[in-house]
Amino acid sequence: MKYNISQGKLSVAQKLLLLLSAIGLVFVLILPLWRIELAAPQYPEGLVLTMYPHKLAGDVDIINGLNHYIGMKTLHTPDFLEFSVLPYIIGFFIACCILVALTNRQKYLRWLVIGFILFGIIAMVDFYRWNYAYGHNLNPNAAIQVPGMSYQPPLIGYKKLLNFGAYSIPDKGGWIFIGSGILLLMAMLLPTFSSKKHVQV
Amino acid sequence: MKKVNQKLAYCALFTGLMLFVISCKPKSSGDVVGKEAASKVYVQPGQYDEIYNFVSGGFSGQVSVYGIPSGRLLRVIPVFSVDPEKGWGYSEETKPMLNTSHGEIPWGDQHHLDLSQTNGEIDGRWLFANENNTPRVARIDLKTFRTAEIIEIPNSAGNHSSPFITENTEYVVAGTRFSVPMDYENGDVPIDSYKKNFKGTLSFISVAPTTGEMSLSFQLLLPGMNFDLSHSGKGPSSGWFFFSTYNSEQAHTLLEVNASKRDKDYILAVNWKKAEEYFKSGKGKKVPVKYAHNVYSDETHSATSNMINETTIIDAKDVPGLVYMIPCPKSPHGCDVDPSGEYIIGSGKLAALIPVFSFAKIQQAIDKKDFDGDYGGIPVIKYESALHGEVKKPGLGPLHTEFDEKGNAYTTFFISSEIVKWRLKDLQILDRQPTFYSPGHLVIPGGDTKKPYGKYLIAYNKITKDRYLPTGPELAQSAQLFDISGDKMKLLADYPSIGEPHYAQAVPASLISKNSLKIFKLENNKHPFVTLGEKESKVVREGNKVHVYATAIRSHFSPDNIEGVRVGDEVYFHITNLEQDWDVPHGFAVKGAKNAELLVMPGETQTLKWVPEKPGIFPIYCTDFCSALHQEMQGYVRVSPAGSNTPLTFSLGKNSSEADSILTK
Repeated sequence: MKYNISQGKLSVAQKLLLLLSAIGLVFVLILPLWRIELAAPQYPEGLVLTMYPHKLAGDVDIINGLNHYIGMKTLHTPDFLEFSVLPYIIGFFIACCILVALTNRQKYLRWLVIGFILFGIIAMVDFYRWNYAYGHNLNPNAAIQVPGMSYQPPLIGYKKLLNFGAYSIPDKGGWIFIGSGILLLMAMLLPTFSSKKHVQV
Repeated sequence: MKKVNQKLAYCALFTGLMLFVISCKPKSSGDVVGKEAASKVYVQPGQYDEIYNFVSGGFSGQVSVYGIPSGRLLRVIPVFSVDPEKGWGYSEETKPMLNTSHGEIPWGDQHHLDLSQTNGEIDGRWLFANENNTPRVARIDLKTFRTAEIIEIPNSAGNHSSPFITENTEYVVAGTRFSVPMDYENGDVPIDSYKKNFKGTLSFISVAPTTGEMSLSFQLLLPGMNFDLSHSGKGPSSGWFFFSTYNSEQAHTLLEVNASKRDKDYILAVNWKKAEEYFKSGKGKKVPVKYAHNVYSDETHSATSNMINETTIIDAKDVPGLVYMIPCPKSPHGCDVDPSGEYIIGSGKLAALIPVFSFAKIQQAIDKKDFDGDYGGIPVIKYESALHGEVKKPGLGPLHTEFDEKGNAYTTFFISSEIVKWRLKDLQILDRQPTFYSPGHLVIPGGDTKKPYGKYLIAYNKITKDRYLPTGPELAQSAQLFDISGDKMKLLADYPSIGEPHYAQAVPASLISKNSLKIFKLENNKHPFVTLGEKESKVVREGNKVHVYATAIRSHFSPDNIEGVRVGDEVYFHITNLEQDWDVPHGFAVKGAKNAELLVMPGETQTLKWVPEKPGIFPIYCTDFCSALHQEMQGYVRVSPAGSNTPLTFSLGKNSSEADSILTK
């Protein structure tokens, strides 16, 4: 028997997963999404740049002060459109999770998952673009100029930039965002798994 | 052949004798220290010491801070002496801190320290420091490790029995070493009228519980003699203060002989609670005096000096039950109270015993009026009635005593150059260790509080001689660290110290390190000449005064080119350090300034005054290696002759139009 996923209704388990995902996203709104940790011989305690959905935080001023040596543009929250849009996008996904649970259709759940993953990819591409721009568009009059050197932080993971080691990783909110995505994916795949089991029996 | 044998026998005998004599030579400290001592003072690179040790600077006028057990010098805090290195006493902001009724004084003699206490235990908030020569008391804020306040003491000379505090830091005391005619009386009297005209005072300075601000409450007037050291009571003796005195002979010349005649001088027991009540009920005599009270604000980053014109005198003999005297052998020096508050130890400089007085017995003697006459109208309690007992044959010349938490006392002996450990309960001597040489004060962390931390003892020796590589006739003073955790004291290390240390304080580090400030927040900077950003920087002329509102940030000053200054102008460089990062100070100096440098901490504003005396170009630069481009952190000031009409201009990173026009020609 062919089970038509897209036409079916949602199981209780799926609705619960959707709800959990929505709750997770509420936390994403208030927690830092991403962090770039910097360590240098002079900064044994480390510096950190954190990105919330709505602002930059952490040692922004100190990092800006240091970056002027290599001619990197200073970082300011208002310079990024993203910080005014991101909270609404996350809010939109929270609303979607609840709406999908209420409309009770497998089809809508699939769209939600696709939309969520697409958003994740676009966000990372956007993050890479900014990293590239700040790492490459340097003031030609900068005090420190190393031929061929750019200062693009890693998208994710560790990279050595002159005396600084930069470590870019999701922060609490980022991990929860990924978790919410996994929950949504699980919700979407749940009927497939259960139907397979059914066939085996 | 026989003669040869005889000669050989004599040789053998002689050699044997020599070996015997050599083996009899007293052991030096090299033999005293075991190999395990090294590991006990070794603090691994990057690790912290266990203890903060605050050490008085004596004639340096400053306070130094060491880490124990390593003996590493962490900081010298300028207090009573100017310190060009830190701009202390040279910057416009700090000059008022050294103001007195005699005007600005660049030097002080700093002898004793006491850490603030709550319930008889160190609370880690403030450190109090005395000044002998021009009587003053300072309060150091342990958040910033800077002098926050200095108060002058009127009617006093040689402020030696100070700055000891009460159990809850209600009062800091200041007793006169020199008796003198009072400030409010005619002081132009013959010196040999000492007995008639010279008086001593014990000043009680109240400390505000939250801010720590000091205020001279009242002064007890006492017969002329020398007041030496003191300690507050605690526990049962809470509410009492004890002072040692000498020169009860009232000599005014050749004290060495004339003040050592009597077999006993006195320990003074002062019921300060009673004095406080008396004062608060509005009694006491208001007298005209003049003394300075200087306060430094971490918000305006500036000090203000106020002159105060009145104080309250309470004549001790007029108030029964306020002060009692207890005979104490041979010119007592140290006056120490044990952690329980029951025992008071007086140490006669020339004595060969240590008397231990009992607070309970003193109270009984007062109740029973067990007196032996009076001294200048003050009842003298019978020696035996106040005595708990004497430590017999402890050594020669006891000076100071500190305590551990196990009921033991540790006394320094100047003449016999040793530290003696003895038990308070039965006055038995438990151990003695030589010091190198002739210790004065000693300290045990919390050793004068209710809660000693009896792991270490540090002796501050008065004679150094051969302890270190020689440095000509002038030598550093030597401190010696002992491990007192076991039954026997073990010498661990020697280290040289700043100035001449007298009393010291020590405390487990965690109590203080957790509160240590890293930067001053720029947004809290209320300095009248603050520059809160490079865009705000400017130069303003007011008559012959030129105010430079300048900023410093890695690695430039704004402005860094100034023109239009004239010979004879008073130029004030108000430098604001815009950094908000830990350990990024900037320095500032200008060529030819008859002054010092500035060291400006992140978020702080400091001002250097400069009066140029000839025309020319005067470089300015950062003196603290702040960054990779520190050497680029520089600028110029152009000084034109007096009356010149060079316009006042300032800039950063560009040429003036005048310069451009010259360059394009």
